[in-house]
Amino acid sequence: MTLELEKVSRAVAGVTHIHDVSLRLERGSLNVLLGATLAGKTSLMRLMAGLDAPTSGRVLVDGKDVTGFTVKKRSVAMVYQQFINYPALTVYENIASPLRVAGLPRSEIEARVAEAARLLKLTPYLQRRPLEMSGGQQQRCAIARALVKRADLVLLDEPLANLDYKLREELREELPRIFASTGAVFVYATTEPMEALLLGGSTATLREGRLTQFGPTAEVYRRPGDLATARVFSDPPLNTLQATKSGGTVRLQAGGSIPVAGAFASVPDGSYTIGVRAHHLQVEAGEGHEAAPSINGVFRLRASVTVAEITGSETYLHMEAGETPLIALLPGIRGLEPGTAVDVLVDPGQILLFDSAGARAGRALDAAA
Amino acid sequence: MASITLDHLAHAYRPNPQGPQDYALKEINHVWRQGGAYALLGPSGCGKTTLLNIISGLVIPTNGRILFDGRDVTHLPTEARNIAQVFQFPVVYDTMTVRQNLAFPLKNRGVPREDIDRRVEEIAGRLDMSAVLDRKAQNLTADAKQKISLGRGLVRSDVAAILFDEPLTVIDPHLKWQLRSSLKELHRSLDLTMIYVTHDQTEALTFADTVVVMHDGAVVQTGTPEELFVRPAHTFVGHFIGSPGMNVLPASVEGRTAHVGGAGGVAIQLARGYSALPAGARIELGVRPEFAQLAPAGAGVPVVVKRIDDLGRTRIARIEIAGHPASALVPEGVHLNGDQAGLMLDPQQIHIYADGALVAGQGGA
Amino acid sequence: MMEKPLNNRAWLLVAPVFLIVAFSAILPIMTVVNYSVQDTFGNNQFFWNGLGWFQELLDPSTELGGRFFDALWRNLMFSAIILAIEVPLGILVALSMPRDGWKVAATLVLMALPLLIPWNVVGTIWQVFARADIGLAGWALNALGIPYNYTGDVISAWVTIVVMDVWHWTSLVALLCYAGLKSIPDAYYQAARIDGASRWAIFTTIQLPKMKRVLLIAVLLRFMDSFMIYTEPFVLTGGGPGNATTFLSIDLVKLALGQFDLGKAAAMSLVYNLIVLAVCWVFYTVMTHAGTERPVREIAS
Repeated sequence: MTLELEKVSRAVAGVTHIHDVSLRLERGSLNVLLGATLAGKTSLMRLMAGLDAPTSGRVLVDGKDVTGFTVKKRSVAMVYQQFINYPALTVYENIASPLRVAGLPRSEIEARVAEAARLLKLTPYLQRRPLEMSGGQQQRCAIARALVKRADLVLLDEPLANLDYKLREELREELPRIFASTGAVFVYATTEPMEALLLGGSTATLREGRLTQFGPTAEVYRRPGDLATARVFSDPPLNTLQATKSGGTVRLQAGGSIPVAGAFASVPDGSYTIGVRAHHLQVEAGEGHEAAPSINGVFRLRASVTVAEITGSETYLHMEAGETPLIALLPGIRGLEPGTAVDVLVDPGQILLFDSAGARAGRALDAAA
Repeated sequence: MASITLDHLAHAYRPNPQGPQDYALKEINHVWRQGGAYALLGPSGCGKTTLLNIISGLVIPTNGRILFDGRDVTHLPTEARNIAQVFQFPVVYDTMTVRQNLAFPLKNRGVPREDIDRRVEEIAGRLDMSAVLDRKAQNLTADAKQKISLGRGLVRSDVAAILFDEPLTVIDPHLKWQLRSSLKELHRSLDLTMIYVTHDQTEALTFADTVVVMHDGAVVQTGTPEELFVRPAHTFVGHFIGSPGMNVLPASVEGRTAHVGGAGGVAIQLARGYSALPAGARIELGVRPEFAQLAPAGAGVPVVVKRIDDLGRTRIARIEIAGHPASALVPEGVHLNGDQAGLMLDPQQIHIYADGALVAGQGGA
Repeated sequence: MMEKPLNNRAWLLVAPVFLIVAFSAILPIMTVVNYSVQDTFGNNQFFWNGLGWFQELLDPSTELGGRFFDALWRNLMFSAIILAIEVPLGILVALSMPRDGWKVAATLVLMALPLLIPWNVVGTIWQVFARADIGLAGWALNALGIPYNYTGDVISAWVTIVVMDVWHWTSLVALLCYAGLKSIPDAYYQAARIDGASRWAIFTTIQLPKMKRVLLIAVLLRFMDSFMIYTEPFVLTGGGPGNATTFLSIDLVKLALGQFDLGKAAAMSLVYNLIVLAVCWVFYTVMTHAGTERPVREIAS
């Protein structure tokens, strides 16, 4: 099926939770809803499921208006952050439960449960009870129950948030392939940009109840249409710098100016916001009282190290350039002491440029990522 | 201010433990230095929470002693130990303002009014909370509440160590960055011992100077983030740290050559020699994906590419080496045709493990 | 927390309930309203009396108004006393209940016992238990030199009724508080210990705030119940000695069935009803207000 939201809004007690969202999800697709806590991910999923009705707008399934239909009339399965299973039933019975409700013949139930258990690697545990298994296995059980229904729409609301880091990694890797084998529309909510990238598929970024962008995940990551999307889809957080283009020169508020280059070439004079991801910043030891002049078309600004976080093979360097906080991801171990003066290099070929209203400006930069 | 010594510490939840299998925490000897930033890293059920509870005084260990600055505190209750703790879910006193929350531990200890005011203002400043001091604590966001929990530890001048029990669990990714770096700044400026318990390797590595990796009730490696990354002492550490974790491939080793996949498999050159591998042990070769880069077919070790994940900043290839699954980096600018490719390994970064434990090689380049 | 979408067909399904409510509640109430504006001399002969009964009822200088306000004050006094005893006592009991192990089940069963006894049986038990001549409690008190006789002495009668109610209902308050206490995560207690909080500070800063909502429910339930109390004092004292324990409900029955003053009784029961509704509304407002103070969605997205 295809699921279409048409200018859907929802307000509860005068507070608007979802603003005018239009979205079209195709059959067999994996769609990630990416946004911070309270961005509207769960609210949107509830609208898709039919648990809530939109205040305005329409919900269409295969072109048919289902706006007023409740969840029971739709073919929907849901997986939550909490591991929700029937504690008194075995894993087998847990997975089989939606089929029993549907009154399927015994042989069909057995076949489908076996299939779902195989996909989710639960076959050895079918006779256990959920609480006798690890958190990861419990969540696998919940996912198997959602899949076995063969619902047209499967909604997963931060399903891995309560799992250990390594278990998350394992399931994240498996899930896209499991999903691909079913043909349903999958919607997967997460707060983590990295999770969206690992899952692939398409990503819809949400901010304060508004859909900011929807498209193939890597595309949205590399070519965010506005500042809000770029912020939602950056981990570590997006570095932003204020810049002014005037005549043939671009001047950064935090210091440094270069001749017009990169994305600046195609935009009119004015004030802009530069977005740079952490791994595109370069850092050199600073000497003297001020940053060396910007040369070769690369901005150079003076910053002071606040904290160096070492991950084993890389370093996250937190800095301040005046009042502007910056984070750079540097290869190798760079144990710089707090207070150390450094020069931060910003290559205009690797920036995202936004106008004063937050919309993307300049086209040449689409190569950057 | 104190160092914390764990002396032959072990704990079993059931009475009369017989063998090591009965111990939730196997014997551990460790010294947490005054002023150090430590992380206790491991999966659920590895015993890290038990250890934390022993330090905080909620659990009395079956064997061994725990010393604060040489003073035996094994049987002292929580309130008699000079520790503070930040929990997984934020704990604030709902009915109080932020100011009252921060003042609470001092008030309970009978600190004079003006000292309390001064201390609270100072710590609120450090936590960037001066502006919300007179707001009700319960209406604040989760990250602000966590800061209050931390602040209640920081206001006390008698605190020897601050324990963190997965403190960022309910915090959004963007705020995690801020909270984590402010934690590090605080640690630097306050000279406090901090022990951070987590299952999240990124949090552990970025926070700590020394990471203690636990597995199955025992410590498997203690070291700096770099050591854990570059020289994992155990295949578990290799797997648990790093994302994706270390590739661990069953192998046989002769001199400076490892063979993966038996006869008809592939040969991999090593930088060190391994002449005295224990007989009958399970021999494995470990190499991190970061030190394994894909190249077009023909170069390096022949591999089969199953899938390439675009992670934005990097591309990770899921490959098979002589039938064994592994991961490798795809460098920028490398284009692959078909599913055949070559794998370029850095010999210095290849380790050999016998029954899971790192074997030191001889010589080296 | 979120409403289901409105569906017009739902009203059809609700219709039977409306019918039942109409027959069981609305019609009887309308009958009472009808009586309250009329006077009767029996034989089903009624006379229009307008708001006469209500005027008389609300004027303490009349006979009807006098007995109404006397009974109302008695009621309010009784509710205040039992709330003042049962709520703190219930909290105290809840605090001292075991947290885990087999003792929990045993304690819960023990606590629930008084709640399972029918109200008239409770009255009968205490009627016998407190009798000065053969009752264990009454006899013992007198043997200790304390003059005690609930049938003759006002203080004795009140003490007996209050003790009976406390015995009967403190469990309910305690169980509600216990449920509230159980929902407090361990981390709060650990944090408080680390912060060096005293037992009293833990109670006022953690336990009491977290029990606020269940306490409100407990107070509401106990107030309503005690304000409408009938069976136990009726069985125990019959409203005596004199009118010392004649509560509104008892007075109402005397008026309606004893004296067959249907009009007066109807007016009184309506006013009684309105008071109950008003108090209910106040509690409801306070409770929903207490609800909105909480952060609405803490770990949702």
